[in-house]
Amino acid sequence: MSDATTPTAASFLAHHFESLEKQTHAARLGMWLFLATEVLLFTALFAGYAVYRYLYAQDFAAASRGLATWIGLVNTIVLVSSSFTVALGLHHATRGDGKGTRTFFLLSFLMGLVFLGFKYVEYSHHFHAGELPGRYYAGELLGPGAPMFYALYFLITGLHGVHVVVGMTVLAVIGWRAGRGAYARAYHVPVELAGLYWHLVDLIWIFVFPLIYLI
Amino acid sequence: MNDLLRRILFLPPQASEYARQVDALHYFVILTTMVGAAGVFAAALYFFVRYRRRSDSDVTPHVAPRFVHELLFVGGPLALFVLWFAIGYPQYVRLSLPPKDAMDVYVQGKQWMWKFAYPGGPNAIDTLRVPAGRPVRLLITSRDVIHSFFVPALRVKQDALPGRYTQTWFTADRPGRYEIFCTEYCGLSHSSMLGQLVVMPPAEFDQWIAEQRRGLEVAQDSTPRPGERVLPASSLVDEGRRVAAEQGCLKCHSVDGTRHVGPTWSDLYGRDERLATGKTVQADEAYLTKSMMDPAADVVAGYQNVMPTYQGRLSPPEAAAIVEFIKSLRTSALGAGPSEPPAYESVPARK
Amino acid sequence: MNPSPHASELAEGYAPRNYLNSPATGLASWLDTRDHKRIGVMFLVATTIALMLGGIFALIIRVELLTPGPTVVDAMTYNRLFTLHGVVMIFLFMIPAIPSGFGNFLLPLMLGAKDVAFPRLNLLSFYLYLAGAAVALYGMVHGGADTGWTFYTPYSTTTVTKVVPILLGAFILGFSSILTGLNFIVTTHTMRAPGLTWGRLPLFVWSIYATSVIQILATPVLGMTLLLVAVERAFGWGIFDPARGGDPVLFQHFFWFYSHPAVYIMVLPAMAVISEVVCAFSRKNIFGYKAVAYSSLGIAFVGFFTWGHHLFTSGQSPLTGGVFGILSMFVGIFTAIKVFNWTATLYRGSISFRTPFAYFVGFLFFLVFGGMTGIALATMSLDVHWHDTYFVVAHFHFIMVGATMMAFLAALHYWLPKISGRMYPEGWGLVAAVMVVLGFNFTFIPQFLLGNEGMPRRYYAYPERFWPLNVASTAGASVLAIGLFIVLVYVLVALKWGPIAGPNPWRSRGFEWDTPSPPPPENYETTPVYTHGPHEYDEHAPGVPAGVPPSPEPRHV
Ligand code: HEA
Ligand code: HEA
Ligand code: HEC
Ligand code: CUA
Ligand SMILES: [Cu+2]
Repeated sequence: MSDATTPTAASFLAHHFESLEKQTHAARLGMWLFLATEVLLFTALFAGYAVYRYLYAQDFAAASRGLATWIGLVNTIVLVSSSFTVALGLHHATRGDGKGTRTFFLLSFLMGLVFLGFKYVEYSHHFHAGELPGRYYAGELLGPGAPMFYALYFLITGLHGVHVVVGMTVLAVIGWRAGRGAYARAYHVPVELAGLYWHLVDLIWIFVFPLIYLI
Repeated sequence: MNDLLRRILFLPPQASEYARQVDALHYFVILTTMVGAAGVFAAALYFFVRYRRRSDSDVTPHVAPRFVHELLFVGGPLALFVLWFAIGYPQYVRLSLPPKDAMDVYVQGKQWMWKFAYPGGPNAIDTLRVPAGRPVRLLITSRDVIHSFFVPALRVKQDALPGRYTQTWFTADRPGRYEIFCTEYCGLSHSSMLGQLVVMPPAEFDQWIAEQRRGLEVAQDSTPRPGERVLPASSLVDEGRRVAAEQGCLKCHSVDGTRHVGPTWSDLYGRDERLATGKTVQADEAYLTKSMMDPAADVVAGYQNVMPTYQGRLSPPEAAAIVEFIKSLRTSALGAGPSEPPAYESVPARK
Repeated sequence: MNPSPHASELAEGYAPRNYLNSPATGLASWLDTRDHKRIGVMFLVATTIALMLGGIFALIIRVELLTPGPTVVDAMTYNRLFTLHGVVMIFLFMIPAIPSGFGNFLLPLMLGAKDVAFPRLNLLSFYLYLAGAAVALYGMVHGGADTGWTFYTPYSTTTVTKVVPILLGAFILGFSSILTGLNFIVTTHTMRAPGLTWGRLPLFVWSIYATSVIQILATPVLGMTLLLVAVERAFGWGIFDPARGGDPVLFQHFFWFYSHPAVYIMVLPAMAVISEVVCAFSRKNIFGYKAVAYSSLGIAFVGFFTWGHHLFTSGQSPLTGGVFGILSMFVGIFTAIKVFNWTATLYRGSISFRTPFAYFVGFLFFLVFGGMTGIALATMSLDVHWHDTYFVVAHFHFIMVGATMMAFLAALHYWLPKISGRMYPEGWGLVAAVMVVLGFNFTFIPQFLLGNEGMPRRYYAYPERFWPLNVASTAGASVLAIGLFIVLVYVLVALKWGPIAGPNPWRSRGFEWDTPSPPPPENYETTPVYTHGPHEYDEHAPGVPAGVPPSPEPRHV
């Protein structure tokens, strides 16, 4: 159905659903459940972070102070605004305007790149300062806390980074197909789900930022 | 009665009062389970026979439960389970409340042997000797992976965790030899990480330990277990003084009460320490070990957090030795000697 | 499996056009099918192979334990054997067997749907299963792991054996399980045929639904935990390494936070099967439909808060322990409710003692004792003696082998006519059932006593005094194995030569029987409309709707 110029609603209906509403409902529900599992994936890491934060309060506080808060802040702003542009993209999809969707998804994609850029700056700084996890730690902080902090720091931000990359890929593909007019006002669920996923990536960062940078 | 049930259930001999109490609960649990299960199966069996299919065209009446049925289904088991819990929980709590006058033994698991150290000596491998009728508290740790210290005859088991101390206690009241198993899988020879608990009449024990401390290596009983090794006697306290000097603790800690980079160790043990956080903790074994392994965790009020961690630099027995050394630094009772009543307040002391 | 019926047989009600021969029959048509029935069948074949593999490991274990000292293998091999036995049986057999196998086949049929909500996802989940299995098998061939299926740190992060492939295998299998669960939840919510209200949902569906909830909520945590261990092993970041300030017990909390709910992933589907079987063979409405349905959700919910009962001896504070202890007691209540309701269902029924029902009887017996010993273990002071002894081994085999495997076999016999259109030999069925049940008791009752006597688990060699009971256990295991082997043989025979069963040999009211056997690819030619629940057998209940009239009982070989 990729090249269909203006597809009719019927052409989207899979054989085993008897109505498009049901199919849409199923798709949405499925996506939400999937997002739930994603959240739980991170929850495990957050729990670990909480435990060690409790065990090594001082060390963690000290290590956390060592992070460049402004980068974290900038990245937060970037992601939040990218979420906003994604929302706009979806808005255009509901109007059946695939081109508009494409432009705004492209914008979000670029902001994703900016985010990763800042991450790169941050990481490379850590590498030079020898602020690495576990036995690789060569920073100046004493005690077992700091290496542990950086282990969790890299795990959490790293896993989130992977999600950003995946999210960008999804936005790229869906945005491109939307531009090719693959969706219609009657049916634009993929656009919507892609948006949902990006919002999740954003949301998780909203948790990560205060947890690691601020407290 | 007790003995009969014990044999039917293949339970090992009971070497302590606690073991007898646990078994009593055991009997109760098994009997009630059997009765309850018998009830369920009797009902089922009766239905099988009474309501077996007679013709292929049978139709059955629509039977729906009344609320009381479901209430019974919930209430019956619930009452029973809660009763079990009400008996079992206090016993479990009791295991974590060693009496104040308990005698301490440091237990260290390592692949694949048990090492026992008495404050003030001696050390022994694989054979733990304790006096009958006196409470004994085990401070258990591991040198490598997780092990678990298990004496079936006492119904007592406690995991040995690397890098931290756990505790359990017992009062064996029947002299004799009992098996010690390692029950946490710890690698190749997990199944041969066996030990032996020798419960001796108190007088005999006192004599034995006195001789050990005098440095005599005397195999106590006529038939020394093959493979039993008793290390040359040495006092944990002296050991501790040595290690503390070697590790440079004394560069920062005085033993005569004068303030230094770090707080003095004299009269440290058992004192209520005010921390930078404002909390006060009592300096017991757990706290002291923690302070070495992770000094940053609770910094003492009025001091900088400059003490390096000794995690991995102090082996558990060395740490234990230092703790004993610190314990011995009391203006009241200076010098070596068996450890005093431990102030281990992990949970509210019982009345 | 593609039996070609003769013309004579077609007359007797073997659906000529069915999911086995259409749209196509070639292997390729199976490998890229979207048909939930074919995917279910493929899962059943795969998990049965896994069961055999794990069983062979088990038998070697039993032979090794025949004598106190070394018998057939060395200590290192033994340690790998029980690890692989545990991993294979749990991750490759027990967790997918009933939900992904029978669940896939039956869920849409029971909902009057054409397929699951996401057929492609469904196939993906099967291939993830194969991938996970492949990775795990690679690990087993290249040295295997010797950590026990619990992967406790710091041993699992320091041992020299191939732990990482096994971890990754389990990790991938986790995703397979997540996708299936997600698929089933969405299907249950969105694919129900008209008239199929939640109040009329087959109990099978209720229970599978509860299972799916656990699968998607608990499994991600396991995935993360296994990943952390892998990272720890590969790079030594020290998350669980005490020498770097890591906390080894934290791993145990993570692991059991998944693995206790996981035990309900293993038993809820069994309960799903039993609820159907007990109604069909006592030809009687379930006693307390609501109670049985909601108790599944209760188990799913409370089951998330009892994981600490695996850590009673790990030095956790007595208060924490107490909370986990009492919660473990509560979760038991829900199972008790089910047991009582199943038993009460028999009252004034019309009971026919066919093979599936025989397995139901075994199930009931094993679940009560397996469960009650679970509660006994949750009675904390007793657990201090029993922890990591053979008592625990006996406890979980009573439930996992005793209850769940009996349910698996019950399901196999009950739905074989629907899946293959053919009947198994009743006589052999009963013989095998008796052997399995008796053999099982001989295998695991002695292990309870061994536990009392204090024999620790994961022991390659043991003191003389444990000898007699171990011999008994091994003897029992061989009977059990022979019984299962008989099942395997006659099931394979029945698939090709079994007598034609007809659409509804049991005269069951279950919805899945309203369609021909084997079912056509689209399940129902017209979407059914439901006017009654699936468990109603009284004279007032309206007859079987939108489907085939009851066929006569099948003849037997
Ligand atoms: C399908 C698997 C399954 C199931 C369903 C259960 C169910 C339960 N389990 Fe079990 N368990 C395991 C699999 C399972 N378990 C495994 C694999 C291990 C070991 C892991 C390892 O270390 O390798 C384990 C270990 C284990 C332990 C830790 C033992 C130890 O290592 O020290 C405990 C402790 O509390 C426990 C408790 C329970 C409880 C309370 C239930 C409850 O859900 C049981 C509820 C059922 C009932 C209560 C029966 C019904 C009751 C009646 C019909 C009442 C009628 C009778 C009367 C009224 C008298 N289990
Ligand atoms: C579903 C889970 C499951 C199942 C089914 C089994 C089945 C069996 N288990 Fe296992 N077992 C575990 C899960 C399971 N086990 C786990 C999790 C552990 C802990 C591991 C650890 O410590 O880490 C364990 C540990 C364990 C031990 C303890 C090892 C130790 O601690 O040292 C022992 C010892 O006797 C044992 C024995 C058996 C036996 C005799 C069977 C028998 O029931 C096997 C019988 C089956 C067969 C012989 C296969 C024959 C099958 C066919 C021929 C195909 C059938 C065909 C059809 C149905 C169509 N198991
Ligand atoms: C660099 C100096 C230094 C060295 C070396 C040092 N400590 Fe300390 N120690 C301190 C300081 C400062 C404190 C108080 C702040 C704190 O609690 O972290 C302290 C606190 C302690 C405490 C808690 C004391 C109290 O009053 O609560 C113990 C116990 C302790 N150290 C043991 C040791 C041992 C054992 C060693 C050697 C193996 C050692 N220390 C080596 C500086 C040091
Ligand atoms: Cu040490 Cu097992
Ligand atoms: Cu559990």
